[in-house]
Amino acid sequence: MTSDHAASMTDDHAADIDRHVRIYITVFVALMVLTIITVAISRVHLAVPIAVTVALLVATIKGSLVACYFMHLISEKKLIYAVLLLTVAFFIALLALPVVTTSNGFWIHE
Amino acid sequence: MEIPYTVAVRRDTGLTNGKIGIWLFLASEVMLFGALFASYILIRTGAPSWPRGDTILNVPLATFNTLVLISSSVTMVMAWASLMRGRFGTFRIYMGTTILLGFVFLVVKYFEYSHKFHDDLFPRTNNFLAIYFTLTGLHMLHVLGGMAVNAYFWGPGAKLWKTNPQWFINRVEHSGLFWHFVDLVWIFLFPTLYLL
Amino acid sequence: MTQPAAVDAPKPHGAHEDHHAHEPLGFWRLYVFSTDHKVIGIQYAVTGLLFLLFGFSLMMLMRWQLAYPGVALPLIGSWFGEARMPGGTMAPEFYNELGAMHGTIMVFLGVVPLAVGGFGNFVVPLQIGAPDMAFPRLNMASYWFFFLGGMTMLGSFFVPGGAAQSGWTSYAPLSVIAGTGQTWWLIGMMFLITSSLLGAVNFITTIIQLRAKGLTFMRFPFFVWAQFVTAFLLLLAFPPLEAAGVMQLMDRVAGTSFFLPSGLVVSGQPLTNAGGGNPLLWQHLFWFLAHPEVYVLILPGMGIVAEIIANNTRKPLWGYRSMVYSLVFLGFMSFIVWAHHMFMTGMGTAMAAFFQTTTMIISIPSVVILTALIISLWGGSIRFNTPMLFALGFLPMFGIGGLTGLPLGLNVADIPLHDTYYVIAHFHYVVAPGTIFALFAGIYYWFPKATGRRMNETLGKIHFFGSLVCMNVVFMPMFLVGLAGVSRRLYDGGASYNFAQPVLHLNVVSSWGAWTLALFQIPFIFNFFWSIWKGAPVGDNPWDATTIEWAAPSPPPHGNFRMAPEAFRGPYEYSVPGTAKDFAPQYEA
Repeated sequence: MTSDHAASMTDDHAADIDRHVRIYITVFVALMVLTIITVAISRVHLAVPIAVTVALLVATIKGSLVACYFMHLISEKKLIYAVLLLTVAFFIALLALPVVTTSNGFWIHE
Repeated sequence: MEIPYTVAVRRDTGLTNGKIGIWLFLASEVMLFGALFASYILIRTGAPSWPRGDTILNVPLATFNTLVLISSSVTMVMAWASLMRGRFGTFRIYMGTTILLGFVFLVVKYFEYSHKFHDDLFPRTNNFLAIYFTLTGLHMLHVLGGMAVNAYFWGPGAKLWKTNPQWFINRVEHSGLFWHFVDLVWIFLFPTLYLL
Repeated sequence: MTQPAAVDAPKPHGAHEDHHAHEPLGFWRLYVFSTDHKVIGIQYAVTGLLFLLFGFSLMMLMRWQLAYPGVALPLIGSWFGEARMPGGTMAPEFYNELGAMHGTIMVFLGVVPLAVGGFGNFVVPLQIGAPDMAFPRLNMASYWFFFLGGMTMLGSFFVPGGAAQSGWTSYAPLSVIAGTGQTWWLIGMMFLITSSLLGAVNFITTIIQLRAKGLTFMRFPFFVWAQFVTAFLLLLAFPPLEAAGVMQLMDRVAGTSFFLPSGLVVSGQPLTNAGGGNPLLWQHLFWFLAHPEVYVLILPGMGIVAEIIANNTRKPLWGYRSMVYSLVFLGFMSFIVWAHHMFMTGMGTAMAAFFQTTTMIISIPSVVILTALIISLWGGSIRFNTPMLFALGFLPMFGIGGLTGLPLGLNVADIPLHDTYYVIAHFHYVVAPGTIFALFAGIYYWFPKATGRRMNETLGKIHFFGSLVCMNVVFMPMFLVGLAGVSRRLYDGGASYNFAQPVLHLNVVSSWGAWTLALFQIPFIFNFFWSIWKGAPVGDNPWDATTIEWAAPSPPPHGNFRMAPEAFRGPYEYSVPGTAKDFAPQYEA
C-alpha cells in the first residue's frame, strides 16, 4: 500500500478536521466553565453527601467531555467500548465492595 | 519481518495495534487510580473526623492548575489535529505548548508541596495528607511520564514524520490519549481532595 | 473520526522496525536482548523453571523443621549461618523467611512466568499463525522487568534481617514494621507487576489483531482462549496491588499510616505514627489481585491440558463452546469473589453471604471445564505418551483441589478451616499436581517444536509416576492435619500444641514425600538438557496435531512460517469421518 501522506488528504478530510477543531474549542470552554462552577458550589458548604454527589456529577460531566471528544471515544470501535465497559464494572466493584464489606463501613452496619 | 497493523488498521476490528495497546494500558491505569480512590473512601469513611479539603489545601492554586491541565489537553488534541491537516509546524507549536503547560503544572505543584513541608505538613502527619500526597504524587509521576513521551515526539521522535507520517500521527494520537487520561484523573482528583 | 485506510498486507514505509534486517544480529541481540517471542518465551521458561527449583528447595528446608522441629539439619545446617540456623537448628524468623519467599517465588517468579511468559509467549503467536507478538520490544522489556524483579527478590535474602518474612500475603501491620527485606519485596513486586502489565497488553493485542486469516475466535485453540482471559485478569487485577504496594512503601519509608491503626504497641513501645489506618485496606487490595491471580495460575494449565487431550484422544474436545463460555464467565466472576479470603475479618453476614454466593457460582464454570475435559476422553483412541500422562494426572488432582475449595468458600465451614493446613493442601493440589503437572505436560508436548527433538519417553514416565505418587504423599495428609486444627505458618508444624500431637507424624510423611518428589525431578532435569542435544530429531508435526503451531518448522525461524498460514476449520478436527488421515490440520486447505 502506498503511503498515506497527510499532505495528500482530501478537502473532505480537512473539513472534517475543521469540524472537530470547533468541537474541541467548545469542549474547552465548557470544561473551564464547569471548573469554575464546581469550585463555586464548593463555597456553599453543602452537607457532605450532597456535596459529594454534586461534585462527582460535575466531574463526571467534565470527564465524559474529555473522554468523548478529546479522546474520540464517541466514535470509537466496539472493541474499545467492550474493554472499557469491563473496566468500569471492575472499577465500581473495587470502589464499592471494600467499604461496604469492612465493619463500620458507611452502608451496611452489622 | 514486520508486524502487520502497526500503521494501517485491521479491517474487522477497525483498529491498529497501538490504539488497542494504549487503551488497554489506560484500562489498567483506571484500576490503579481506582485502588487509590477506593483507599480514600475506606480511610475517610472509617475516620472519626475528616477535614474539608479547602481547610488544608490551596484551592485557588489547584483551580489554576486544573485550568492549566485542561488547556494542555486542548493543545494536545490540536497538535494531533495539526498533523492530520499536514501542518507540521503548527504541530510543533501545539505540542510544545502542551509540554510547557505540563511544566507549569509541575511548578505549581512544587510550590504547593514545598509550602506544605514548610508548614510542617508531611504525608506522615495524618491520613488526609497521606492520601493527598500519594494520589497527587502518583498523578505527578504520570504527568512527568507523559511530558517525557511528548517531548520525545516533539524532538527526536519527530523524524518519523518524514519517513512514515501515518505512523507518526498514530503515535502522537496514542500519547495524546495518555495525556488526556492524566487530565481526566485530575478532573476527579481535584474536587475529591480539594473541594470535599 | 477518520481512520487510516485498512489494507490486507500492510508494509510500513521504511525500515523502522527492521533497519537491522539484513545485518546478522550478534550473540547479545540474538539470545539475550532478543525481541523474538520464541527466544523471550524460552528465557521466561528457563528462568521460571530455575525459580521453581529454588522455591522448591526453600520448602525442602522447611520440611526438615516441620518433620523434626528443633533438630539440627545434618550436613548442610551450617551453611546458613548462626543467625538463621543457630547450631544447625532453624530459627523461627528463618522459617518465616523461607515460608514467605517460597510462596512469593513459586507464584510470581515460577509458575506465572513459566505458564504465561514461557508458554504464552512461545506458543500463542505460533498457534494463531502470527509472525511474532504485536509489540516485540515491549515483550523484551517485560522479560527484563521480570528478571529485575527476580533479582530483587533474590537479593533481599542478603539484606540485614533477611528477606520478607510476613507471608507472601504481606499483611499489615506486621509487614509494615518488618525489616528491610520487606521493602525489597515491595520493590521486587513493582517490577514484576510492571512486567505482567506490559505482557498482558501484548497478549490481548496480539490475539485480537495478529490472528491468521480464517481464524475466528471460535476457531481458537482453547489454549489461546485461556491465555486471552488470563491476560485480562493480569491487566485489570494487578494495578490495585501496585497501588497497595506504593502505600505500604509509604507506610514503611515515609511514615504514613495507611494500614496502621491507632494505638499500635510493638514490643512494649507505642508506635509514633499518626495511626488511623486500616489493616483491612491492605487485605482488600491484596486479595483483589490475589484472587484473580489464582485463576492466572490455573487457566494456562487448563489450556495446555485441553490441547494435549484433544491431540492424544484423536477426537475433538467435547463441549468446546461451553468451555469457552465458562472460561469467560470464570474470568469475569474472579473479580468479585476476593473477600472469601477475608471471611474471618469481621464483615457482616450480608457481605459474607454476597462473597459466599459469588464464590459458589464461580465453582460452576470450573466444573464445566473439568467435566468437559473428562468427557472428552470418552470414546477416544488414547495415546499414553508422557504429555498425555501428565494431562490425565492433572484431571483428578485438579478435581481434588477444586472440590476441597468448596468448604473454604462457605463462610461458616471456613471458620474451622481458615488458615489451617487444610487450606495449604487445597491450594497446593490445584497448583502443584494441578498446574505444575499441566506445565510439565506442556514442556514434553512443545519441546519438539522448540528444539526439533523429542524428550525421552522412559525418563518422562518415571518423572510422571514418581511425581504423581509423591505429590499425593506430600499433600493428602495435610487435609487431615488441617482438619485436626493445626494452623499454617507455625514454625514447628504444630508440635507445641497438645491437640496437634495425634497428627504430627503426618508432617514426617509429607516431608519424606517432598524429598522423594525432589529425587523424581532429576530424570526430568537430565532429560530436558540431554534431549536438547541428543533427543530423537522430529519434523514439523511429530504429534500429528491440528493446530497452527505445527505448520511451522521445528524449531521455527524468525518470522515463524514459510508462508502466512490460513485457518480453514476448527482447532480439533480429529477422526473426521471419510478422511484418509485421522486428523485434519487447521492450516491445511
